[in-house]
Amino acid sequence: MGFKHKKNTTVKPNGKAGRQRRKIKHISGAFLAPSFLGVLAFFFAPFLVVIVYSVVDNPVSMNFVGLDNFVKLVNNAAFKQAVRNTLRFSAIAVPLAVVLSLLLALVLQWKIPLRSQFRTFFLSPMMVPVASVVLVWQVLFDYNGAVNQWLSFIGVENKIDWLKSSYGIIVIVILFLWKNLGYNMILFMAALSNIPQELVEVAVLEKASQFQIFWHVKLRYMTSTVLFVTIMSLINSFKVFREVYLLTGDNPTDWIYMLQHYMNNMFRKLNYQNLSAAAILMSLFMIVVIGILFLIENYFGKDVEG
Amino acid sequence: MRNRKSKRRIFKKGMHIIQLSIAFIFAACFAILFLTPIVLTITNSFMSSTEISANYGVIFSTTESGGKVFIAEQVNLKFIPDMVSFEQYATVLLKSPDYLLKFWNSVILVVPIVVFQIVVAALAAYGFYRYDGRLRQIIFFSYIILMLMPYQVTLVPNYLVSDWLNILDTRWAIWLPGIFSPFSVYLLTKYMKRIPVGIIEAAKIDGAGEFQIFIQVALPLCKSAVCSVAILVFIDYWNMVEQPIILLSDSTLQPLSVYLSKINSEELGLAFAVATIYMIPCLFVFLYGEDYLVEGITYQGGIKG
Repeated sequence: MGFKHKKNTTVKPNGKAGRQRRKIKHISGAFLAPSFLGVLAFFFAPFLVVIVYSVVDNPVSMNFVGLDNFVKLVNNAAFKQAVRNTLRFSAIAVPLAVVLSLLLALVLQWKIPLRSQFRTFFLSPMMVPVASVVLVWQVLFDYNGAVNQWLSFIGVENKIDWLKSSYGIIVIVILFLWKNLGYNMILFMAALSNIPQELVEVAVLEKASQFQIFWHVKLRYMTSTVLFVTIMSLINSFKVFREVYLLTGDNPTDWIYMLQHYMNNMFRKLNYQNLSAAAILMSLFMIVVIGILFLIENYFGKDVEG
Repeated sequence: MRNRKSKRRIFKKGMHIIQLSIAFIFAACFAILFLTPIVLTITNSFMSSTEISANYGVIFSTTESGGKVFIAEQVNLKFIPDMVSFEQYATVLLKSPDYLLKFWNSVILVVPIVVFQIVVAALAAYGFYRYDGRLRQIIFFSYIILMLMPYQVTLVPNYLVSDWLNILDTRWAIWLPGIFSPFSVYLLTKYMKRIPVGIIEAAKIDGAGEFQIFIQVALPLCKSAVCSVAILVFIDYWNMVEQPIILLSDSTLQPLSVYLSKINSEELGLAFAVATIYMIPCLFVFLYGEDYLVEGITYQGGIKG
């Protein structure tokens, strides 16, 4: 997965070699400086302030209130709605994205005609800005739109208001899959082509079925990729706000009111303590999820990668 | 005996062909689903405004557009215009400079981010490559964590700093966090770590300075990684929505990626043309850089790294 690092295996610097090494260290520091100072200034340092803001009543009077902001936030109806919607969406969209993209990658492994064209086609939605295709989504999923029309052809008479009802989540899952499957597929294709052929050949000799080979050999070998794709899909699932925002604006119906909508409203009200608490909760959530996925990888991935 | 064996072989071959055809049909269905929205946008941009309002009037008629009467009661999804017309493009390019201005906003916001993020990241990647100590491992790890954080987390600190520096509602509020975003550092470092140290040492013995080695040896070896990163960063920022709506409330600076949704309902015909114009740079990049893009994604997954 690439998050692991080689251990530094040098002996204590001394003498000429040591001086040389220290010199390289300084030079390396100079090369790192612009990036590190920038990240420090725009991300890490202000995040410390975010932590402070999350435990005071407001940024001007700065009275310590403990976890009050978090309690208020968690009891806020709009926040709860946003979290519920976002989590529900991710819980549906992420597994679907992983499974479907793996399926596409497997299909493209076979020697079907137009293979490389298919790869291009599947990847193209990733390149197209959301704003450019939003029009088409609108034409398709509007109350008077094309999808309802098609449904009426096959006998479904009740029109569905796709974007303004509980069906909204289905629409955004579709839009999410459309945009993200290609990216995931590329990751799986690379992983599949990295599986040692000997392993598969041995399995074939031992009369393993196609499914067995996939389940016990290939999938086992791709554990780290599956987890990486899961993490990336999860992160990208938080970006589905773009589609929702461009389709329905600042105030969508309760069904597709996402976390970012809530954050936007807080930004508009300049409610720093609320924003800070939300950002911290979110980062803790991400760290916990990523941590769990790492543990899973360690548990499953060890014996194959060794 | 022999006969039965060959029969079985033929049977197997037949099964194989059936399997392949199923796979092909499956892939083809997906390909059609994936391409339809893009193709629709492009072909519809060549329709005249009357044709557009006849086709989609039902949907967008809630906003009164110049007293036009919409005839159709049903939406009429069409791939091929009755008559190819460049009317919309002419309007966008000649008569309403607003859209071009927003397009230009996008260019001006995105290009500096792509260029300088890569400059800063290439320097940092070389730094990580040349010396690997405990502190640097911690920094690199914190970059990865930061990279994995969604906008809902990172926009809050970004907003605070922009507020302190008094650059909210200016382009700097988008540029600066974009330039220092750690994404390309991560990718370029992973790529650079594959350069054998011997090459660097050899250049050193030849008397090259460290900066010269970076420019003349390390960077050229990472050319393809730089291209990959440039493409990934470009698509990411060309598509940005969250940052401008929070950091740029001044609508004259908004990029087209946000502004496009605001013109949708009023001038539908134009919107298709603008949408097409907006995706052209991406399609060009894709056309020439698909392999770099694929390589970049693969590196991100760390499969090759």
